[in-house]
Amino acid sequence: MSGRSGLRQRLDRMRPLFARGGRFEKFSVVFEMIDTLLYTPARPTRTAPHVRDHLDLKRIMIFVVLACLPAMLVGIYNVGLQANLALAGLGPATDGGSWRNVVLDGLSIGYDPGDLPACFVHGLLFFLPLYLVTLVVGGFWEVLFATLRRHEVNEGFLVTSWLFVATLPPTLPLWQAALGISFGVVIGKEVFGGTGKNFLNPALVGRAFLFFSYPAWMSGDAVWVAVDGYTGATPLAMAANGGMAAIHEAGITWQAAFIGTIPGSLGETSALACLIGALFLVYTGIASGRIMLAVVLGMVCATLLANGLGSGGDSAFSQMPWHWHMVLGGAAFGLVFMATDPVSAALTPAGKWLYGLFIGAVCILIRIANPAYAEGMMLAILLGNVIAPLLDYLVIRLHVHRRRRRRARVE
Amino acid sequence: MMENYLSLLIHAALTENLALSLFLGMCTFLAVSKRIDTAIGLGIAVVVVQGITVPVNHLIMSHVLGEGALAWAGLAEMDLRFLGLVTYIAVIAALVQILEMVLDRFFPPLYNTLGIFLPLITVNCAVLGGTLLMVQRQYTLGESVVFGIGSGLGWALAIVVLAGIREKLKYSDVPAGLRGLGITFIITGLISMAFMGFSGLVF
Repeated sequence: MSGRSGLRQRLDRMRPLFARGGRFEKFSVVFEMIDTLLYTPARPTRTAPHVRDHLDLKRIMIFVVLACLPAMLVGIYNVGLQANLALAGLGPATDGGSWRNVVLDGLSIGYDPGDLPACFVHGLLFFLPLYLVTLVVGGFWEVLFATLRRHEVNEGFLVTSWLFVATLPPTLPLWQAALGISFGVVIGKEVFGGTGKNFLNPALVGRAFLFFSYPAWMSGDAVWVAVDGYTGATPLAMAANGGMAAIHEAGITWQAAFIGTIPGSLGETSALACLIGALFLVYTGIASGRIMLAVVLGMVCATLLANGLGSGGDSAFSQMPWHWHMVLGGAAFGLVFMATDPVSAALTPAGKWLYGLFIGAVCILIRIANPAYAEGMMLAILLGNVIAPLLDYLVIRLHVHRRRRRRARVE
Repeated sequence: MMENYLSLLIHAALTENLALSLFLGMCTFLAVSKRIDTAIGLGIAVVVVQGITVPVNHLIMSHVLGEGALAWAGLAEMDLRFLGLVTYIAVIAALVQILEMVLDRFFPPLYNTLGIFLPLITVNCAVLGGTLLMVQRQYTLGESVVFGIGSGLGWALAIVVLAGIREKLKYSDVPAGLRGLGITFIITGLISMAFMGFSGLVF
């Protein structure tokens, strides 16, 4: 066929080799994965998670990655910015041993916190190794299971690895990232049969596993700013200790927290970028705006309640206003990209409202009432995933009950 | 006082969930969680039994078995604590039997709903565990009522949630070797990881 690219022709020529009975039949999943990643597949998705229109699994997953891109870019820039700010504060030549310094010095990029490209490149040097390791190790499990169990490798894994990296602190050792994504992909998803068959968000399963196994690398004050020996607490941790007074004292404005120039996980700091992603996802009909709205509502209500019940003035965590809760920690990122995961969220409309309200309220509950964890979004979403099937069940039962009563009256 | 009870209730139901953080009552937990309806029935039964047996065992502990508890009968130097374990089991079994008869006589619909689950609970170690924890932590009578109901609610919540997930996962494609109990163990572990969010909750 004329007009087709050389790559397309080459892939088509190779196809018979991987078809049933072909020489490389065993590797058909790998071929399929590369082929469908590059080109629109000839066959539409016929099973969950798409049920309604032409929207297929591939488009959903790629759009989620795209929607998350702004948050990731701001996050990468922010990692570099935080590191360069810390270096500027510590004075020159405090940290000269790592390969990152060799690269940055070699390219004479420098460590100026005011220089946007310099910060971005510095952040990239932290992001790329983490992402590559996640992609390679997670991809290995994905392809292994797909080959052995004869199901497709699909773009769901791209989303999982992308979201997983976004929730990690930039200084995480690479072997831990490998361990986390292995647990997330294998125990969180593949033992249930792959994409669409799990009940928890695999990226969050991986993160929670790391969080409870290696708390010293996943929480605390020393992991968020990528400079050795420098401790920079996240604003949430500051607030947990000293309330809003501590945040003001550290000179962090709401605008800075909204744009995302605060210490935190790789991709979660910018509420603005998450908002852009949310608009994109709702506009394209991929993520449920109902869930996002319900989470926000749950957080606002729970915060107002805590503000009313608690005491202690400006130095108490419970007095933090809701618009601060929305922009700090993983709240914005979690509610846009994690809570809306169509596989693990509630499915019925009323169930989605309850599910979202539950996540928002539990997030605030864990943040305020649990001194062990300053951040509550990850655990709140996991708990939401856990009760989602139950909420759907209750909603459906109630509906059946009401219909039966209505029918009885008519007869 | 009221706040103390509320905190104990939440502690017993969520922070120290009998099933998900102490892993008590696992046999029934894993076996009777295939469907939500039955899980709800069993859950209610556990709440009721737990709410009765823990305070009753508390009374027996403080008035018969404890050190010097028999002072009212003139036997102040008596210490029957070594009989504790046997007595609690007997009390639980007897109470479940009596409860079954009472329900059968006065609340037949409830009796029919609970059906086989009431006798099953006799051998549920979550119920015995609740009593033993009450003794170990030296709760007062009021606290033991709250603790009994709270821990029962927590266990009921856990089994209903598990049943919901197992119903959803009917459509999953679990590897042959893991089907049934194997995958249920993994699910329980994952739920309990999520429940760790409640550990350390302070009010």
